[in-house]
Amino acid sequence: METTELTVNGKRHELEADSRVTLLDALRNHLGLTGTKKGCDHGQCGACTVIVEGRRINSCLTLACMHDGDEITTIEGLGEPGNLSDLQAAFVAHDGFQCGYCTPGQICSATAMIEEAKAGWPSFVSDDLAGPDALSDEEISERMSGNLCRCAAYPNIVNAIRQVAGGKS
Amino acid sequence: MKPFTYAKANDRADATSQAADDATFIAGGTNLLDLTKLEVMAPDRLVDINRLDLAEISETDEGGLRIGALVSNSDCAAHVRVRQVYPVLSRAILAGASGQLRNKATTGGNLCQRTRCYYFYDTAMPCNKREPGSGCQALQGFNRIHAILGASEACIATYPGDMAVAMTALDAAVEIESAAGEVRLIPVRDFHRLPGDHPEKDNILEAGDLITAVILPPPVTGRQIYRKVRDRASYAFALCSMAAVVEMDGDRIASAALAFGGLAHKPWRDEAVEALLVGEKPSAALFGRAADQLLAEARGYGSNDFKIALTRRVLIAVLTEATQEGAAA
Ligand SMILES: Cc1cc2nc3c(=O)[nH]c(=O)nc-3n(C[C@H](O)[C@H](O)[C@H](O)COP(=O)(O)OP(=O)(O)OC[C@H]3O[C@@H](n4cnc5c(N)ncnc54)[C@H](O)[C@@H]3O)c2cc1C
Ligand code: SF4
Ligand code: FES
Ligand code: FES
Repeated sequence: METTELTVNGKRHELEADSRVTLLDALRNHLGLTGTKKGCDHGQCGACTVIVEGRRINSCLTLACMHDGDEITTIEGLGEPGNLSDLQAAFVAHDGFQCGYCTPGQICSATAMIEEAKAGWPSFVSDDLAGPDALSDEEISERMSGNLCRCAAYPNIVNAIRQVAGGKS
Repeated sequence: MKPFTYAKANDRADATSQAADDATFIAGGTNLLDLTKLEVMAPDRLVDINRLDLAEISETDEGGLRIGALVSNSDCAAHVRVRQVYPVLSRAILAGASGQLRNKATTGGNLCQRTRCYYFYDTAMPCNKREPGSGCQALQGFNRIHAILGASEACIATYPGDMAVAMTALDAAVEIESAAGEVRLIPVRDFHRLPGDHPEKDNILEAGDLITAVILPPPVTGRQIYRKVRDRASYAFALCSMAAVVEMDGDRIASAALAFGGLAHKPWRDEAVEALLVGEKPSAALFGRAADQLLAEARGYGSNDFKIALTRRVLIAVLTEATQEGAAA
């Protein structure tokens, strides 16, 4: 058993769990935060994306005990009904989902992705490694390629993200 | 997942002594946990090395860069100097995995990532890499992603990574600290092994060895290109990739450092190909001869036969681009 202190969405938790418990299972099964989804459990789909210390990661491929003292933001921490984050509202406005299973991961991922782009990080499709001025649809798709959508809502996901990121289509 | 104990390493000596005593390092965890969940790997003890002081990128006295083993792939690709003078490295890293994975993946863990051979991942199947002596299911099975160069009858797996391919072309070196506290430098091109009779050993690390950094030599002028061909446009491993660092002297090739991914058990570099290019004027005929040389010993195993023709085209396309006048770096 490992004792781990996690700050999730601003709230401190002390977790007592087996060393094998992933951050994903800790959030869902131990802390009851079921907004974060399990798709593949192997880093291949992005459904489990959360933001740890400001960076998006796959919570299925990391152990909870590796995050002692870390600050974690999940979809529940980004906004709630009546007080949605800009991206949450844009996903609703643009119909950026069908079944909704990938959506928490998409929104957490996009939230951190926009910050990466603001920091000037280039992507594989950037012509210039100095980074793009604005996020084109091609840039958004490439930067979001770690989030699969089984319903293929991709066009509307890109529309929603473009609206918030202020990019051009 | 089989049970394991977990401990955080306090310093390097603590880490290496635990590893010498059969413990397994965990860095980003993105490869190790994937394999541990499937029980392809079954460590008894994990040593978390994330608190070690190895997350810096600094300039070396020689004018190169020292990339700490815990520098994330994202930070390395976005580092201003890497982008400016080692663009092939930024591009190779950005061609791999996804934004989420690159945020977690570390420089040391990326070098040590294991093959994506389907049978290695499937514990119901024979696999000499996972279970020495059990056989190689890929020889007669699905082998679309497998090696065409340097394979053995024991194993035809590929090293799947992108970052190390660029590092091989850049003549980078891996800095390793042993449990005895000795530090050695191994060229990245000699870090991974060919499978031979011991495919269970991916690289030259011995029990207790900790990768502490990758050292990039001072930058060279010339054009740097990373080209990756895969089954989907993003978030997929390479079928064939190529890193090229090519310098021109007037209308002749002054130097060419070429490394290939997805073709062998290690990033592949062939000095005979490079020697054939140096001093020559670029031409389709020359590039064709370079491809002949590179692929002279190539062998397909059925589903991966296409890689031979694919690699020829990638080589010719990249060399054409690299030697074109006036193209952007
Ligand atoms: C879906 C998916 C897609 C991917 N696509 C790509 C791709 O296209 N291209 C690509 O290159 N990679 C790809 N990857 C692989 C990814 O890059 C690796 O998983 C990652 O780089 C491993 O780094 P890590 O720090 O997470 O390693 P870990 O999982 O922590 O460790 C991996 C191994 O390295 C050892 N190790 C770690 N650090 C050290 C050290 N300092 N010294 C000695 N040993 C050490 C560990 O003991 C372990 O055996 C993909 C992964 C996934 C899950
Ligand atoms: S190719 Fe290598 S890794 Fe794949 S089944 Fe054969 S022995 Fe195992
Ligand atoms: S559940 Fe983590 S990536 Fe699919
Ligand atoms: S909305 Fe159904 S998986 Fe994306």
